[in-house]
Amino acid sequence: MAEDAALSADLLPAAFADWFAARGWAPRSHQLEMVARAQAGRDALLIAPTGGGKTLAGFLPSLIELAERPPANTPRGVHTLYISPLKALAVDVERNLATPIREMGLSIVAESRTGDTGAARRQRQRVKPPDILLTTPEQLALFCAWEGARAYFEDLSCIILDEIHTLHSTKRGDLLALDIARLQTFSPHLRRVGLSATVDDPDVIRRWMGFHAGEDVPPPVDLVLGPAGAPPIVDVLLSEGRVPWAGHTAQHAMAEVYEVIKTARTALVFVNTRFQAEFAFQELWRLNEDALPIALHHGSLAAEQRRKVEAAMARGELRAVVCTSTLDLGIDWGDVDLVIQLASPKGASRMVQRIGRANHRMDEASRALFVPANRFEMLECQAAREAIAENRFDGDPPRVGALDILAQHVMGCACSEPFDALALYDEIRSCGPYRALAWEDFEQVVDFVSTGGYALRSYDRYRRIVKGQDGLWRARNADTILRHRLNVGAILSPAMLSVRIAGRGGRAGRKIGEVEEGYLEALEPGDTFVFAGQVWRLVGVTALDVLVTPAPASDPKLPSWGGSKFALSTFLAKRVRELMFDQSHWSVLPADVREWLELQRDRSLIPAEDEMLVETFPRVKRHFMVCYPFEGRLAHTTLAMLMTRRLERMGAAPLGFVCNDYALAVWSLNPMDGVDLDALFDQDMLGDDLEDWLAESYMMKRAFKGCAILAGLIERRFPGAEKSGRQVTFSADLVYDVLRRHQPDHLLLRCAREDAATGLIDVARVGHMLARIQGKIRHAALNHLSPFSVPMLLEIGRERVAGASGEMILAEAAQDLIAEASS
Amino acid sequence: MTALPRIPAPAPYAFAQSPCGGLEMEIVGAALRMRVSGALFDLAHQALIVADLHFEKGSAYGMRGQFLPPYDTRDTLDRLEAEVAALSPRVLIFLGDSFHDGRAEDRLAPDDAQRLAALAAGRTLIWLVGNHDAEGPRRLPGEVIDTMTLGPLVLRHEPEPGEQPGELSGHLHPCARVSSGRGTVRRRCFATDGSRMILPAFGAYAGGLNLKDAAFSGLFARPPMAGALGRDRVHAIGWRSLTRD
Repeated sequence: MAEDAALSADLLPAAFADWFAARGWAPRSHQLEMVARAQAGRDALLIAPTGGGKTLAGFLPSLIELAERPPANTPRGVHTLYISPLKALAVDVERNLATPIREMGLSIVAESRTGDTGAARRQRQRVKPPDILLTTPEQLALFCAWEGARAYFEDLSCIILDEIHTLHSTKRGDLLALDIARLQTFSPHLRRVGLSATVDDPDVIRRWMGFHAGEDVPPPVDLVLGPAGAPPIVDVLLSEGRVPWAGHTAQHAMAEVYEVIKTARTALVFVNTRFQAEFAFQELWRLNEDALPIALHHGSLAAEQRRKVEAAMARGELRAVVCTSTLDLGIDWGDVDLVIQLASPKGASRMVQRIGRANHRMDEASRALFVPANRFEMLECQAAREAIAENRFDGDPPRVGALDILAQHVMGCACSEPFDALALYDEIRSCGPYRALAWEDFEQVVDFVSTGGYALRSYDRYRRIVKGQDGLWRARNADTILRHRLNVGAILSPAMLSVRIAGRGGRAGRKIGEVEEGYLEALEPGDTFVFAGQVWRLVGVTALDVLVTPAPASDPKLPSWGGSKFALSTFLAKRVRELMFDQSHWSVLPADVREWLELQRDRSLIPAEDEMLVETFPRVKRHFMVCYPFEGRLAHTTLAMLMTRRLERMGAAPLGFVCNDYALAVWSLNPMDGVDLDALFDQDMLGDDLEDWLAESYMMKRAFKGCAILAGLIERRFPGAEKSGRQVTFSADLVYDVLRRHQPDHLLLRCAREDAATGLIDVARVGHMLARIQGKIRHAALNHLSPFSVPMLLEIGRERVAGASGEMILAEAAQDLIAEASS
Repeated sequence: MTALPRIPAPAPYAFAQSPCGGLEMEIVGAALRMRVSGALFDLAHQALIVADLHFEKGSAYGMRGQFLPPYDTRDTLDRLEAEVAALSPRVLIFLGDSFHDGRAEDRLAPDDAQRLAALAAGRTLIWLVGNHDAEGPRRLPGEVIDTMTLGPLVLRHEPEPGEQPGELSGHLHPCARVSSGRGTVRRRCFATDGSRMILPAFGAYAGGLNLKDAAFSGLFARPPMAGALGRDRVHAIGWRSLTRD
C-alpha cells in the first residue's frame, strides 16, 4: 500500500491524488500501472474481475492527459474512443465518468453515441467532437464508412475496448479489429487499451488486439493484471431425494429457491432460455405468499418494460429478478448479494461473469447458488463449482477473421475514401484475426465487393466499387454508399414480430414485447402460452404482429421446451467425466444421484475419463444405441446425423435419434449389438459423409443467409421498407440452391461452410472427440435400458427434428388428405 | 386477422399418383399431370405448361447493385430442358411472366438465348404475356398471345376473379405451408378446387405466396387442395393441413 502511494505521487497530478484522497480511496496498483504504461506509450490489456475499478483504470490515463493539455483556439478531434459491446453499458459508463470529471472540475466533454442517440446530438458530435466518445462497434463501423472519417479521427490518442472477452472470438470482434486498424492508419500514435474479465488465456486477446501496421515482429500489447478479488462462495442446491431424472425447468427446486431468495437482499436468478425465464417467474409468483417484488427481464420484453425493471433494480426496490443473458454484462447496480443459476451453467467462465454480478465490491466474496434441473446437471454443477473454486476457466480458441465481414469492411473503406488495394491489404493484416490473410483471398473479396465474384462476368458493367485511372478503388455512387450504410454491422438478429393485444375487430393494440419469428411456431390460434409473466391466448399472426388476448387462470401450453442454447464447454465436459469416474468424489453428490451412479456402475458400466461408453439394448420392438461423449448438443446432433447414415449402410435401419448435452440415442429396426464400433466412429466420418449431408442441410442455408447479409449480397433493409425475415429466408434459400449448383467454389459458400462447421454443427469438436476415443470405446451390450439412458429416452418425442424431415412432414399431411378422402 | 370460417367437410378430390411421382387429375374433363418440377402436362394435347419463369430476375437486381448469382436463367433452363427431354411435348406453353422485366430478353447471356431458341425445334412455343412481360419476347421463336384455349381449358396469366371452370393460370406463385409437431415445411404448389388450377412459379428466383393468403380468396368454389412439390413426388395436401405463414 505504501509503495502504491509512492507510485501515485509520481504518476497522478495533484488534482487526481486529491480527488482519490477526498473520497477516502487509494488508487489501486493496476490503475497506476495503466497510467504508467500509457505514459510509456504502450498498448495494454488489463485483466481484472468485476468491481476492481477496471473502467476507471482504463480512463485514468486519458483523463490525466486531457486535464493537462493546454487550451486550444481551434476545435479538436476526439481524444479517446470507448467501445462497449452493449449500448446500455456505453450510456452507463458515460454517467459514471461524469462524477470524477465534475468533482475534479475538469473541462472534459464525454458523450455517448448509440443507435438511440437523437439526430441533433449526432449532428453536433460530428461538427464539434467530444473529447471522449463512448460508442459501440456498429457505430464505429458507420463512422469508418463516412467520408469525414480520416479527419475526424486524426487526433485520436486512445481507444478503450471494454468487456473485450465477449467480443474477440465473434464476427463483431472481426469487424471491430478491422476498424481499429483503420483508426491506427488515421492516427498512427493511437494507443490501444483492452479491458477484460478473467480469461483462460490472456494471450489470445493480446494477439487479437493486433499491432501497429508496418511492424515486422509485432510486440504484443502489455498485460496488466488486477487483483484477484475474494473468491466467490458457490453452493450447489442438493434437493436431497428429489433430483429429477430429466427435464430443464428445475420445477422440483422452486420452493427451495424461493426460500433462498427470502434470505437475500436482492437476488439475480439466471436462466439459460426465455422459456425457462417465463416458467421460473410463473413458479416463483405462484409460491410468492409474501408478495416479494420479483421481476422478469429478458430480450423479448418491450424495451420500456426492461428499462422499468432496471430502474427499479437501481433504486433497490426489487428482491429478485429472473433474467437471461441480457443481464450478463456490465451495468452496475450495486445491491445484488446473491446470484442463483437455474439449470446447468454450461461453462465456468460465463458463471464467473454471472457470479460477479453479485456484490460489485472486491473485498467481499460474491455468493452464488447453482440449481441443477436433472441428474446429469447435478454432476455438471458440481464440476463447475470445483472449477471456479480452483480458479480454472474455459478457453476460447484464437479466431480466424471471417471473409464476409472483410467484404463489408472493404466496402466501408471505399465509402469513406478511395483506397489502394496493397496498402489496405497491409493494414488488414495488422489485425489479429486477419494476420494470415492470403493475398488471393483478399483479391477475391475485393472482386466480390466489386462485381459479386462470379465466374460468369455479368456484373462487370455494374460494379459497386470501381478502380480509377489513379489505381485507387472508390464507391460507384452515392446510392451505393447509402445502401452500404444501411447494412453495416455484424449482428444478425432474426426478424422480430411484435406481440400485441388484439383490439376490437382484430386490430393490433398495445405492444407487450417482441418474439423471434418461429418462437410460437408450434402454437395454433386458441392455444394459451406464457409471455412477459402472464398467460395469453394466441389470436393469430399477421405480417408483423402476434395478436393475443389475456387468458388469466388458464393452463398454458408451453411451446418447445429446449434446453440451453449454450453448448457445454469442452473444459467443463472433461471435468464432468472425471467426477463421474472418480467414485471417491461422489460424496459431494446427494444420495439419490449417488445411487443412480451406483446403479449405472452395477447394471452397465461407468467409463474412465478418456473413454466413451456405448450401450446397446432392445426396448419395445426397437433397438437402441446410446453413447455418452459429453461434447454438447450441437456436436452430438452432428454426430447423430452422420452415425445414422453409416448405420443405414450397415443395415441397422435406424429410425430416429435424440441428443442432449451429455449423450445421444439412436433407435433402429434391427439390433446394433454386432455393429463394428471402431468402424462406426472412424475419423473418416468427417469426410464425404459430412460433405454430402452438409450440402443439403438447412444449417448451410441458415449460415449462407447470414454470410450473404453480412457481406452485402442480401440487404437487411431497404430505405423506407423493412424486409420481413420470412422474405429474406425464402430468397436466400433460392439463391443458395442456384449458387451451389452453378458455382460451388464461390466465396460466400466458403464462408457459409466455415460458419456452419464451427457455429452450427461444431465439426471441430466432433473431430477432436473422434480422435480422443479411438481405441477407447467401451461397449455394454445390455438386455434392458441403463440408468444413464433413462434421461435420453424421456426426451424422445419432445425433440423437434429441425429441417431433416421436410419430406416426411409433407408425406404425413398427404396421408391426412387420403384419410379425409376415404372417410 | 379474422377467425377462419367454419368449413364443411369437403367432398373427396379425385386424383391419382403417377409412376413419375406426379399427380394426375381431371379438370373439366381434361386429363392433367402435375409434375414434380412444377410444370403441368396436358396428356391429350401433349402440351407442357410452365408459369412464372421470371428469366433474368437475378440481373434485374444486379443492375441496381445487388449482385445475386447470375445463374437463375440457366438454372431454370436446366430444369425446363429436362422436362422437355422427359416428355417430348408437341407444344410448350409459357403462362406469362416468363421474363422478369421488359428488357430481360436483351440481358440473356448468348448461350442461354440459344438454348431457349433451341426448345422450339420440333414443337410450337406459345408465350402468354404477363404483367412483368406485357410485350412478350421479341426475337425468340414462338407465338405471343394474351389468352388461349386448349380443348376445354382456358389459359391466361392472371386468374380471373370468381369461379372460372376450366381456367389454368399462374401469377400468384402459390406455396403450401404445412406444420407438424416436428417442424414446418413451405413448398411451391399447384392449387386447385377440381374446377380451375393455379400453377406454381417455375423460375429459380421466384418467391412464393401462401395459399392461405387473402389474394387467393374468392377464386375457388370450395377449399382447394395443394399439390405440393416434394423432392421426388407431388404431395396432395388438404386445406385443413395447410397453415398460414
